[in-house]
Amino acid sequence: MPKDYDVAVVGGGLLGSAIAWGLGRLGKSVAVLDEGDITKRASRANFALVWVQSKGLGMPAYTVWTVQASQAWGRLASELKQQTGLDVSLQQNGGFHLTLGDDEFGQRTELVKRMHNQTGAADYKMEMLSASEVTKSLPLIGPEVSGGSYCPLDGHVNSLRTFRAFHTGFKAFGIDYLPEQPVSAISKDGGEFRLTTPKGELRAAKIVLAAGNANQTLAPMVGLYAPMGPTRGQIVVTERTMPFLPHPLTTIRQTDEGTVMIGDSKEDELDDRTWKPSISGVMADRAQRMFPHLARLNVVRSWSGIRVMPQDGFPIYDQSETHPGAFVACCHSGVTLASNHAFDVARMIAQGALEPELVGAFSASRFGGAGAANNSGY
Amino acid sequence: MFRRSEQDKRPQLQIFVDGVAVAARQGDTVSAALLASGQDARRSTAVSGAPRLPYCMMGVCFDCLVTIDGVGNRQGCLVPVAEGMQIEIQKGKREIGR
Repeated sequence: MPKDYDVAVVGGGLLGSAIAWGLGRLGKSVAVLDEGDITKRASRANFALVWVQSKGLGMPAYTVWTVQASQAWGRLASELKQQTGLDVSLQQNGGFHLTLGDDEFGQRTELVKRMHNQTGAADYKMEMLSASEVTKSLPLIGPEVSGGSYCPLDGHVNSLRTFRAFHTGFKAFGIDYLPEQPVSAISKDGGEFRLTTPKGELRAAKIVLAAGNANQTLAPMVGLYAPMGPTRGQIVVTERTMPFLPHPLTTIRQTDEGTVMIGDSKEDELDDRTWKPSISGVMADRAQRMFPHLARLNVVRSWSGIRVMPQDGFPIYDQSETHPGAFVACCHSGVTLASNHAFDVARMIAQGALEPELVGAFSASRFGGAGAANNSGY
Repeated sequence: MFRRSEQDKRPQLQIFVDGVAVAARQGDTVSAALLASGQDARRSTAVSGAPRLPYCMMGVCFDCLVTIDGVGNRQGCLVPVAEGMQIEIQKGKREIGR
């Protein structure tokens, strides 16, 4: 006789883990169904920014949602610390996007204007700074830096430790983490969902599809829709060095343990077993033009990883009309939004209804079948 | 801890460890010279600050990291000593720009 759960979360990445942890926090009995180690794990390919600036062009509700996540992150970090003893090294002292040359400065200035002119958007105080103003906060920038945009709400976190903290929290909340159990079929029978896995059937009153790119195939099983496409990103990591970068950037950040991460390429590729030196070369070159001192550091790792990208770049949260109790959640910014997923999305799922004023804009009904342009913007 | 073999007739040369003159032999690696010097050559690790000495002596373990002629994080076990070489025992992370 298999154990019945209040909620089965399909997907053990950062998104599924945050929601599952949040449900466990509310006293629900939860199972997390995950695949194995060799799957394309988007949660390991992130850049670990808790990022606000430039997000939400084309969807004002996304600016509100993102600012809320940024503001709730401190509470998430402190609850995880208290529960697990793990410090996720959240730092939220503002972040920069630096520009090289006049053209890039002009383009960024235009973007900031368009963000400000968007009605219904949260004002997250993104502003353009000249190179001499940037120097006050980032004294080691090089002569090619023409300036950049700054947002006081931006920050970053140790995302791998966050992931570990969620999984440590699972144990404390009595959440069952079930690896090597990809879901191949879902049915609803007598008010209960039945999920078919290679290790047998699992039953739950509610289900949350948080399987990243696999949501595309899972969602239609329960009358949901999750149009997405994976993208590939590459990251370059240097050896550890003394702290020199007091603020995170969109493309460069120094971790709490001293390594410098250089990243944020986007390619329309699905194979995470290959890696293009030409792309990492451009990323490294731009990084050392921004901070010439970086040129002396050794690169110790570089990799490519698949990330999740909803069709228009914005998150999708929905409850099925044909299969009530079945929810879908997917997003690109699983680190930034982790606090919202742990607190708000988990609370709404526990209650059995998504609140339209909070996440109504993120229903997949916005796609109306045909694809919209990708407009998430960094 | 280490003593040089009496049969070792290689010519001597002088290196400097944190500014102090130290005798080495031609063909020594930096790590071998440090271990043979009898001085405290312990570095401290980048994150926890734990003390470390050269260990594998063949380029694998990275426990011999040291600053050589102003360049941090060099593997001392892979670099032959040279006359007048300036060695600094590296405490913690490499400095940016060094």
